[in-house]
Amino acid sequence: MGTDVFHSEVPMTVNGSGHSPVVDHRSTLLDVLREQMDLTGAKKGCDHGQCGACTVLVDGRRVNSCLVLAVSLEGCAITTVEGLRDADGEGLHPLQRAFIERDAFQCGYCTPGQLCSAVGALAEAEAGHPSHVTGPDTAADAPVRLTKEEIRERLSGNLCRCGAYPHIVEAVEDVTRAEPVGQDRSGQDADGTHGTQDEVDA
Amino acid sequence: MPDTVKALGAPTERREGPDKVTGTARYAAEYRPDGCAYAWPVPAGIARGKVTAVDDTAALSVPGVIKVLSHLNAPRLAEPDDATLAVLQDERVPHRGWYVALVVADTLEAAREGAGAVRIDYAEEDHDVTLRTDHPDAYVPEDKDGTSGEHVRGDAEAAFESAPVHVDVEYHVPPLHNHPMEPHAATAQWQDGQLTVHDSSQGATTVRDVLAALFDLPADRVTVVSEHVGGGFGSKGTPRPHVVLAAMAAHVTGRPVKLALPRRQLPAVVGHRSPTVHRLRLAAQDDATLLSVIHEVTGYTSRIKEFVETGAAATRVMYPSPHARTTHRVVPLDVPSPSWMRAPGEAPGMYALESAMDELAVELGVDPVHLRLRNDTDTEPDSAKPFSSRHLAECLEEGARRFGWAERDARPRSRVHGSVLVGSGVAAATYPVNASPSQAVAHAFPDGSYVVRVNATDIGTGARTVLAQVAADALGVPVERVRTEIGSSDLPAAPLAGGSSGTASWGWAVHEACARLAERLTRSGGKELPPEGISARADTAGTADADSDYARHAFGAHFAEVGVDTVTGEVRVRRLLGVYAAGRILNARTARSQFVGGIVMGLGMALTEGSTMDPAFGDFTESDLAGYHVPAHADVPVIEAHWIDEEDPHLNPMGSKGIGEIGIVGTAAAIGNAVYHATGVRLRELPLTPDRVLTALDAGA
Ligand code: FES
Ligand code: FES
Repeated sequence: MGTDVFHSEVPMTVNGSGHSPVVDHRSTLLDVLREQMDLTGAKKGCDHGQCGACTVLVDGRRVNSCLVLAVSLEGCAITTVEGLRDADGEGLHPLQRAFIERDAFQCGYCTPGQLCSAVGALAEAEAGHPSHVTGPDTAADAPVRLTKEEIRERLSGNLCRCGAYPHIVEAVEDVTRAEPVGQDRSGQDADGTHGTQDEVDA
Repeated sequence: MPDTVKALGAPTERREGPDKVTGTARYAAEYRPDGCAYAWPVPAGIARGKVTAVDDTAALSVPGVIKVLSHLNAPRLAEPDDATLAVLQDERVPHRGWYVALVVADTLEAAREGAGAVRIDYAEEDHDVTLRTDHPDAYVPEDKDGTSGEHVRGDAEAAFESAPVHVDVEYHVPPLHNHPMEPHAATAQWQDGQLTVHDSSQGATTVRDVLAALFDLPADRVTVVSEHVGGGFGSKGTPRPHVVLAAMAAHVTGRPVKLALPRRQLPAVVGHRSPTVHRLRLAAQDDATLLSVIHEVTGYTSRIKEFVETGAAATRVMYPSPHARTTHRVVPLDVPSPSWMRAPGEAPGMYALESAMDELAVELGVDPVHLRLRNDTDTEPDSAKPFSSRHLAECLEEGARRFGWAERDARPRSRVHGSVLVGSGVAAATYPVNASPSQAVAHAFPDGSYVVRVNATDIGTGARTVLAQVAADALGVPVERVRTEIGSSDLPAAPLAGGSSGTASWGWAVHEACARLAERLTRSGGKELPPEGISARADTAGTADADSDYARHAFGAHFAEVGVDTVTGEVRVRRLLGVYAAGRILNARTARSQFVGGIVMGLGMALTEGSTMDPAFGDFTESDLAGYHVPAHADVPVIEAHWIDEEDPHLNPMGSKGIGEIGIVGTAAAIGNAVYHATGVRLRELPLTPDRVLTALDAGA
């Protein structure tokens, strides 16, 4: 395939190495990864930004790769599940290990997206990004401690039809516990959905 | 044999775990044979009628489009047993979304654009897609296997009228969609008259046999591989149209063809759970014993295939009563064909029965756990056969203890947290023990390693792992020495992963093959094995499907605590707990995941999942994941799954019952009953979305 009015060459870094795929201007990043580069780790669950199975990292931030046109990514650094590594760059990423230990999947089809999303979520919390459940009276720009409730909220864009959610949350929690990412600024009880309200017995 | 004890039941990590977390596990659409083309289907845009013309001019002028197939030019197939597989064979449109054309192109983008450019003309006919219990076409289906039709015991109506305490209630369950995370997909290739297909399927042996029949080939000319499957929940239980289309397109174009169905198209072509209306009449004596049980279920089926959502089947199993009637009725409509979805029959049926039992407990003024214990039995009410094992009472008692049920204030609306009303509920669960004949081969190598071969499918259950455990147990060797080969129709024939019967069926054959191999090894008295090793084979036909003198079912109990927001109408689940009696649990780690996964789907059924058949268009209003809400992380609290040790000698050699479906059975009822306890208001139509809850609260206030 050559470049023409419908196709462009797009230099990008994928999992640490340089690539210059020639892409159809209509192609999403997801389809380029899966169909052109044989990186099938990113999954297609809906192709419409509804399920998170296609989550990858673009310049360190998580995106639904089914919603990004590949032609827009010139010079970007893409990390897919195939590119996740531990700190030494050798073995499995701690999240990957924790997912195996906690049996945080069944069919595994949502798993690459859950993993990339969790990597992104940990970085966002570390950078102090609040979520919907982060307490309003917490310090800005300090790392957010990821309680179960925070993890659930931040991973809610990643659906799992096998219902592995409780185990996924435990796996992410294991990793945050092992590597503390900062103090608690959520101001919320870890579990109770309505736990901050006073109980009144009728 | 100390290792034996360790292998079965141990929480062994799933063998494909590293492949799944690194993205190297390949699913059906992730193979790229040389020259691979892409297909995109065109769904019918009317609810009923005929295709009168297909204009493919614009589609064929899209750069990259190779072929447009329709009933006008597609190859003729042999007539299938399953009419949903007769794709592109005639001009008939039995429902909206039925495939009327297929575009094949060099790229995915071109195939998709081409599909949008195909122009179809139709002769439209009036359609009827609305389920009504008084529909004139409703009929009682034939009872082929004891789960359908009508069963009568005593004089249920008269006993109901004469009893001192009754409930007479109607429950509604909407259409539900399986929506496995991996959309149905196939990659098909013909080489020298040999068809090879990677298919997203719950059972590749059946897919092979069906494709061979459709394309009029001997079975040995077809290979179907289902190595990793991204969930199915029944919707991949038998071949679906996509695999036929992919094979057809590959045949016509002479190129490998990949077809992955777009998410929005799934509800119309892969099956769904039929909506059901349940009328429940329960009558009891003052001492809380049931006198009469009447469960009438009405669902729909399509015009081309009968499928019955057997909602009253579990009612025949659960509680004894001298009088009972359980009746199924179906209405054929111009709707997509319904099919299996996790615990077909049991999931909606037990929602209705266990909700009605809660209502009866309120009428009687007894604790709902007590009501179920009061009506426990050792004999299956419907068949009068003894249960091989039934530990429902133990599940209820253990669950009540762990949940802290004794501290519960039975009065509705007794716990108020600001604007949130908190309540708890309980429901029982049951699922039948199924098994089908399977073949397996076990092979011993001179180096002391083993391989077992069986065409099992891992749809997420951990089949590779648990079958290695079964084999290790039977051989008396450590599990690390046993490899499993599964997921290809070239392996010994095996039934599907479905009906909570996969592990029982495959494991039975694996166990027998390994026991035979162990015997041969013992007989050879430690002599050096030949370099190629030795094998033993098993076929459980006649054994696994033999009739039993016992009624064999798994049982369980679900407990739920919810908070109902009186301002927004939102129901949030705070705690969920399941306790199961499902025979021997073969892998504690993967079993827990299956139980929890079932509970999560039950939570979805209770609170978020519901589809609507639009009467004007004959279409599902909620067809993709934006409209059809499967539970997300934030919906799901801590979930506990426990089981009791159950010894049952009347099952398979492993002593196991199925565990894949029981988690969804009763969960919705437990949540609904908790909503009643929280609010004092009874909702009888799923899902319990904020609009319905607020309306009910307003009406009840
Ligand atoms: S495939 Fe991208 S969000 Fe579903
Ligand atoms: S593991 Fe199957 S969808 Fe998440």
